[in-house]
Amino acid sequence: MEDKLQVSGGTGLSEKDIRSGKIFLTDDSLDCTYAWDTGVAINRYLAELKNGRIIAKECPECNRIMLPPRLFCELCFRPSGSWVYVKDTGTVNTFSVCHVHWDASRIKEGEKPHLPAVIEIDGASPGTGIMHLLGEVEPEKIKIGMRVKAVWKPEEERTGSITDIKYFKPL
Amino acid sequence: MRKVAIVGAGLTRFVRRALETPKELSFEATSTALDSCGLRLEDIDCVAHGSAPDAFDGIHQKGEYLADGSGGWNKPTMRVFVGGATGVHAVVHGWHHVASGLFDTCLVVCEEKMSSAMPHAQGFFLTIFDSITERALHPNLLWIFALEMNRYMERYGYTKEDMALVAVNNKMNGLKHPSSQFTEAVTVEDVINSEVMAYPVSRLDVSPVSDGAAALVLAAEPVARRLTDKPVWIEGVGWTLDTAYWATRDLAYPRYLDKAARMAYEMAGIREPHRQIDIAEPYDPFDYKALHHMEGLQLAPRGKTVELLRDGHFSRDGNMPMCPSGGLLGVGNPIAAAGTMKVAELFWQLRGEAGERQVPGSPRLGVAQAWGDLMQVSSVVVTGI
Repeated sequence: MEDKLQVSGGTGLSEKDIRSGKIFLTDDSLDCTYAWDTGVAINRYLAELKNGRIIAKECPECNRIMLPPRLFCELCFRPSGSWVYVKDTGTVNTFSVCHVHWDASRIKEGEKPHLPAVIEIDGASPGTGIMHLLGEVEPEKIKIGMRVKAVWKPEEERTGSITDIKYFKPL
Repeated sequence: MRKVAIVGAGLTRFVRRALETPKELSFEATSTALDSCGLRLEDIDCVAHGSAPDAFDGIHQKGEYLADGSGGWNKPTMRVFVGGATGVHAVVHGWHHVASGLFDTCLVVCEEKMSSAMPHAQGFFLTIFDSITERALHPNLLWIFALEMNRYMERYGYTKEDMALVAVNNKMNGLKHPSSQFTEAVTVEDVINSEVMAYPVSRLDVSPVSDGAAALVLAAEPVARRLTDKPVWIEGVGWTLDTAYWATRDLAYPRYLDKAARMAYEMAGIREPHRQIDIAEPYDPFDYKALHHMEGLQLAPRGKTVELLRDGHFSRDGNMPMCPSGGLLGVGNPIAAAGTMKVAELFWQLRGEAGERQVPGSPRLGVAQAWGDLMQVSSVVVTGI
């Protein structure tokens, strides 16, 4: 009795209700296009990726080597200081083996699973990771703590994007 | 600040795809909440509304569109949105309205209709990733949960089976909830053997996509005492936002929740939450998240949570019942509405009105929590009777 007072509405529909024409639908779609300015710090980050190097920024207050580089340290809330090149090697902090696409559709037979990871880059402060992909590795062989190195696109194919690094492979 | 009580609550059923429009769902939950405490819309001073991104519905300025269904027309109405944390945050937001002395009564209304987004609502989370350094990698929402779950399990040596126990517990509890979109229990084997979506996340580790709405009526102390002899007091609130540089955080521990929970407990005068809290509704969009959040809520020591779970500590008749409602895993996950459903559960449990779901031993103090954005925000509400 109490439950009846507390819950009302929420009429479940099935695919059948829709297919049979019992329910009317209207469709529409949005097409949104954006051009993002990369900002002061990330612009240099991308330029250096195009050169085949990873650059970070140091906070003069807490001495963190921040990656991705930032115009300001969000912890100290002070402008960041000097630019610092870091290595293109690192350690897998965590990873996944993903069998679904962005729209929740499943990867096709024969298509390789996506291998996202958080990678702590050598030279940046401990615990400072970036999200990227793993490659040239069997999914079942990936381990947290595994050492990896960036695999760069050939110089002429680089565009100044995080994808100038194709993926990270085991060292 | 004035004392604020919850005096009424209402939900819709949570379903995969609802016939009702967002406005109609909001109306059903809101009018049920008003009926439950014998009020009419004219008795309500203001509306605190919560709903997820406009992109789900494809309706820009969705809060304004929903105002009719949430009773917000011609009233001071305000919408909050903090991702998955919205459903609990809207209660914090409503509490401010009444605690401040500005209003005597406030409707809290949260609604989500995720089924309209084609082909899948998950696609609309893509734009939470950093537009330049992350989106170029074509991430999907599951990645961040899978990455966090893997790190959390690795830190403490937890297994997939350990995590599956949470799904089993919550889904079992949810079968007794009249709003639940599920009709069958699952076993640990079912969860472990369900399709791998993004290792370590399998299909049954995840809450479903849902449509639904939830509403609460809040009132200042004198009004609350006139309306009911069982007001459920909002004893403490807390919320914290962490940095959006999520890959530089310790993914094994929800620091943002630690801070939000301590804020709420301090306001409530709670010094030993693991002893004093009687029931917990941690946010559980994924099974591991319930445990991750129990640790952040200071209700279980880090790394010992699975041991407590296996000992039955978190069962309905245990020392610290976890998600007696069934949670998002057991009832459903219409994003904003799911968080408010958790606070509604505390309301019914503390009043002894939870029917088949009732936790034994007359619980007096409960905590509900929700979490969202780029894994960076938590909102906490502590209620008592």
